[in-house]
Amino acid sequence: MVCQLCKQKEATVHLTQIVENQVKNVDLCEPCAKQKGVNDPTGFSLADLLLGLGASQEIEQAAESKGGELKCEACGFTQADLKKTGRLGCSECYAVFAEGLEALLKGMHKGTQHKGKVPTAIHEKASQQASLARLNTDLQSAISREDFEQAARLRDEIKALKTVA
Amino acid sequence: MNIQEYLISPAEACRRSGPNDKIVFSSRVRLARNLRSVPFPGHARKADRLRSYEILMPVVQSLDAMSGDPFAESMEKLTALDKQVLVERHLISREHAAKNAGSGLVLNREESLCVMVNEEDHLRMQALRPGLQLRQAWQAIDAVDTALQDKVDLAFSLQYGFLTACPTNVGTGIRVSAMLHLPGLVLSEQVNQIIQAVSKLGLAVRGLYGEGTEALGNIFQVSNQMTLGESENDIVERINKVLLQLVEHEENARLSLLEKKPKVVFNHIGRAFGILSNAHTINSKETMNLLSLLRLGVDLGMLAATPKAFVDELFLLSQPAHLQILLTEKEKLAAEERDVLRADLLRDRLRTVERPDHGQVGGGPAAPKT
Repeated sequence: MVCQLCKQKEATVHLTQIVENQVKNVDLCEPCAKQKGVNDPTGFSLADLLLGLGASQEIEQAAESKGGELKCEACGFTQADLKKTGRLGCSECYAVFAEGLEALLKGMHKGTQHKGKVPTAIHEKASQQASLARLNTDLQSAISREDFEQAARLRDEIKALKTVA
Repeated sequence: MNIQEYLISPAEACRRSGPNDKIVFSSRVRLARNLRSVPFPGHARKADRLRSYEILMPVVQSLDAMSGDPFAESMEKLTALDKQVLVERHLISREHAAKNAGSGLVLNREESLCVMVNEEDHLRMQALRPGLQLRQAWQAIDAVDTALQDKVDLAFSLQYGFLTACPTNVGTGIRVSAMLHLPGLVLSEQVNQIIQAVSKLGLAVRGLYGEGTEALGNIFQVSNQMTLGESENDIVERINKVLLQLVEHEENARLSLLEKKPKVVFNHIGRAFGILSNAHTINSKETMNLLSLLRLGVDLGMLAATPKAFVDELFLLSQPAHLQILLTEKEKLAAEERDVLRADLLRDRLRTVERPDHGQVGGGPAAPKT
């Protein structure tokens, strides 16, 4: 069995970890294992190591479920390009390759939901959408309660918010 | 405008000081940003790359933070030597130095704000500060980023945050880093242990020039690796905490070395001075490692009359491109010629420096309690 990382030397370090009910195996040679810090199997997370290996599998699986090779219509970037470069072609690619990326990002980062800065314009739009959604729910419940006075007020509020946008 | 004339002189650049600068050379916060729906530089055709260049260069130059007088130029217009100087000043990445038409650089007078256009992403904006000033650097670059967002349409998703060419940067697009001088931890053979501990916290430790480089001169770069799922402030605070601990570890290592093995320390520093001030040919690697020891000597009070900035300037001047500019008109030098010039420079500069005196250590700022 050859090492999955360098694909040259004989793999002598074998790791198994269960990630979200899936068994993941990694076989490495000694130098690669050392390089990746696999000296203490108990405190070691396979996720780091799986980035390269697992990610391309995920991307392929995502592609197969969609029937064929994925390609970004906006910039022409293909799944093969992604596999080769580990990078994306343009901002639209994130939507195209989302399924495979999700697993990749999970292994790389603390989470897959952005928690940092949001551009002001987008922030306003997002909070506006959130209030629209809330008003709509309130409106539905007012109607079902037959509280038409309240419903009319909510309807006006929604209208006002939409005209601002 | 010529970049070499625009840059602050090495002597002046090394006189800049900041908190904890005995151990932390400099702090940097970098943000990666991209235009919406324009192919990322690595995948863009030349026409697309020129288009994003044309959009971004004027916008970046007109930022208030560039204070009216920035250096702005296409990478195509810079010579190989210019680019190397910028790399040695840590203003651009080695990757960016390899770029030409369609990539650019915008730098402010103070060299505290530097923007690379069309590196791996459309924008790589960095705020730089001397010493340990990560919070200040983050605040500065945050303000620049906010100003920029009013002027261009950036690629952003509510789920993944700022979208970048490489998924390792997506989200905040932030890279918080500091350059540390850790001779104490290296001499006491604790540094590998520390590097491992820091790596387990999700931080990367690298050599002097970033990714894949050696830790020459006992200089290490510490930076965050994760950019998604954590806010910028949390990342900055986390690294800041780790850096303060590293500073403390380094200080302790120096103290305990002086206490337990003073002769070993004095021997290293004395020999370093001896070689640096008497060599007739010396390569860059040896120079860096010996200058590191000399700087330790300054920190410990063994070279009382010599300021830290003096040694830092030698660090910078003995880099290949700086050496070449300082000492010769020639466009290209062979490594052997450079080694001779470097030794000449060091002998000349160190001629007036008094020999390291271990008797001074008692009065030195990092001396052990007696």
